[in-house]
Amino acid sequence: MKIKSSKDFFSGLMFTVVGAAFAYGATSYTVGTGARMGPGYFPLLLGVILALLGAAILFKSLVVETPDGEPVGAFAWKPLIFIIAGNLLFGVLLGGLPSIGLPAMGLIAAIFGTTIVVSMAGDEFNFKETIVLSAILSVMSYAAFIMLLKLQFPVWPTFISG
Amino acid sequence: MDLFNNLAMGFGVAFTFQNLIYAFIGCLLGTLIGVLPGIGPVATIAMLLPATYALPPIAALIMLAGIYYGAQYGGSTTAILVNLPGESSSVVTVIDGYQMARKGRAGPALAAAGLGSFFAGCVGTLILAAFAAPLTEVAFKFGPAEYFSLMILGLIGAVVLASGSLLKAVAMIVLGLLMGLVGTDVNSGVARFSFDIPELTDGIGFITIAMGVFGYGEIIANLSQPEDKREVFTGKVTGLFPTKEDFRNMLPAVLRGTTIGSLLGILPGGGALLAAFAAYTIEKKTKLRPGEVPFGQGNIRGVAAPESANNAGAQTSFIPLLTLGIPPNAVMALMVGAMTIHNIQPGPQVMTSNPELFWGLIASMWIGNLMLIILNLPLIGMWIKLLTVPYRWLFPAIVLFCAIGVYSTNNNTFDIWLVGAFGVIGYLFIKLGVEPAPLLLGFILGPMMEENLRRALLLSRGDWSVFVTRGLSASLLAAAAVLLIIVLLPSVKSKREEAFVED
Repeated sequence: MKIKSSKDFFSGLMFTVVGAAFAYGATSYTVGTGARMGPGYFPLLLGVILALLGAAILFKSLVVETPDGEPVGAFAWKPLIFIIAGNLLFGVLLGGLPSIGLPAMGLIAAIFGTTIVVSMAGDEFNFKETIVLSAILSVMSYAAFIMLLKLQFPVWPTFISG
Repeated sequence: MDLFNNLAMGFGVAFTFQNLIYAFIGCLLGTLIGVLPGIGPVATIAMLLPATYALPPIAALIMLAGIYYGAQYGGSTTAILVNLPGESSSVVTVIDGYQMARKGRAGPALAAAGLGSFFAGCVGTLILAAFAAPLTEVAFKFGPAEYFSLMILGLIGAVVLASGSLLKAVAMIVLGLLMGLVGTDVNSGVARFSFDIPELTDGIGFITIAMGVFGYGEIIANLSQPEDKREVFTGKVTGLFPTKEDFRNMLPAVLRGTTIGSLLGILPGGGALLAAFAAYTIEKKTKLRPGEVPFGQGNIRGVAAPESANNAGAQTSFIPLLTLGIPPNAVMALMVGAMTIHNIQPGPQVMTSNPELFWGLIASMWIGNLMLIILNLPLIGMWIKLLTVPYRWLFPAIVLFCAIGVYSTNNNTFDIWLVGAFGVIGYLFIKLGVEPAPLLLGFILGPMMEENLRRALLLSRGDWSVFVTRGLSASLLAAAAVLLIIVLLPSVKSKREEAFVED
């Protein structure tokens, strides 16, 4: 059998697997009856429905003809990796990683780190420009989040501010 | 008339210099947090609550109400300009608002959102003043079975939001419902699907999903396109204000949105949110005028209707709070907290025991709405300038603000790991051609649906027929069925038309 729509095929597969996983997970909680629902009842119901919907989408992708086969296309690894890595770096720099003994570096360091890494996701990367952008964003963030909204952030590295 | 006497008294209270200042501070702060993605009114009000101890009760409530409205206004700005729904109620605004901005019509979109909200706010205030007591009776008629049916109706309505496959949209809703169930089950205390991660026992935050799926997913997809094909702002900015034609299209949409919002806002539990979805659904189902832009491609009605609906709903959601003492959402729950701090017991007696407070608050809501429109219309020009910032500077800033916003909701780095994961999932969704808006609605309604299903079946001793034997519930389900048929028919028809075109 030939896949007639790759997008539908893989999304159907995703829904089926996720639905089945939720349904399977739900059976480890008390399911109960309609009148006395346990914590597993509703997720089990929804998981089964999702798996069935996924199966229907899967079936459709094998049967219904599409003009171009609706390919999923290549993944854009470069932006994907840099955006997510930049985001994770923000967490690491801001809060530190106690598990490996990395101290919290604070908001300003996190802004510079994140902006630089995320900027690399674009086509053109200009280091000088990115530094200026980071500085502007730092000032804006400090004014908005720390001074105006008084959010509780570690601003400077813990070894400086104590 | 009593109503006018009362309102006059209310305006007397609200128009003191001190209270005007607090209304202004509230609106300004609200707009600021609304514009910043990820920082919601709940967090801000929670943080500012202790600061209101020292204020007189009426000033405190006026300021907090201002934050609430301001955030609604500001949230739509971010939704339109950068495709990020900062508040759950602006998920719908994103669809047409962002497309308008891309075509260089961000100005009219922002103005439509602002003016629509202002109009809806005025009507909502009047309704609140006139019908607070009788409308509460309606809310009383809603039992768990009715709520469950109402949510089914809302979810079916959300299917219309997706322009692609119907089946995929339904699957996304169910996936959203399931994600909403992650965390501690309120009835049994069992932590579900939390994989023994303590942070997950509180559930996944709305902001985390919205920022990851809409923000990061979209940016990654954008960057993967060659620069000239990129989904950013293609058209030249044309005009800051809606044209006459825009106004003609907007007006009926605003009226319909206001009506739906006022009605649904009264219901505790996501009334304003469902109102925005319902309003958009109705607009999408009304016929396009000749020469009008289709929905999903930047139709001004797709901005005006949901924005009016959610503002009207935000206004009337004060009704259950002020008359019954039941908070319909998290923000209102914090308002109850603010009232009790000042020794005011929310409930029907507020109207008689603290008339200055009750009517002063109502009057200040209207003043708040007026201030917001005065504050926001001149700002439109400034927001438009933001769009001229090159994308290579804009996207790092968006990622950064998302990360800061997500962190600030719980002051916890775990949410940052989670938003990264949702970024990957969001990009996957785009690659697979499934649309995320229905997922978010399902996510918000998941826990509420389970709770009401559980209660309804508990009361009926496990008998599912309760949903069709109760009149109100049956008619809501019937409406859902009709809606489903209406949705199915044109999609079948348009498919056929597409097939013809390709021949």
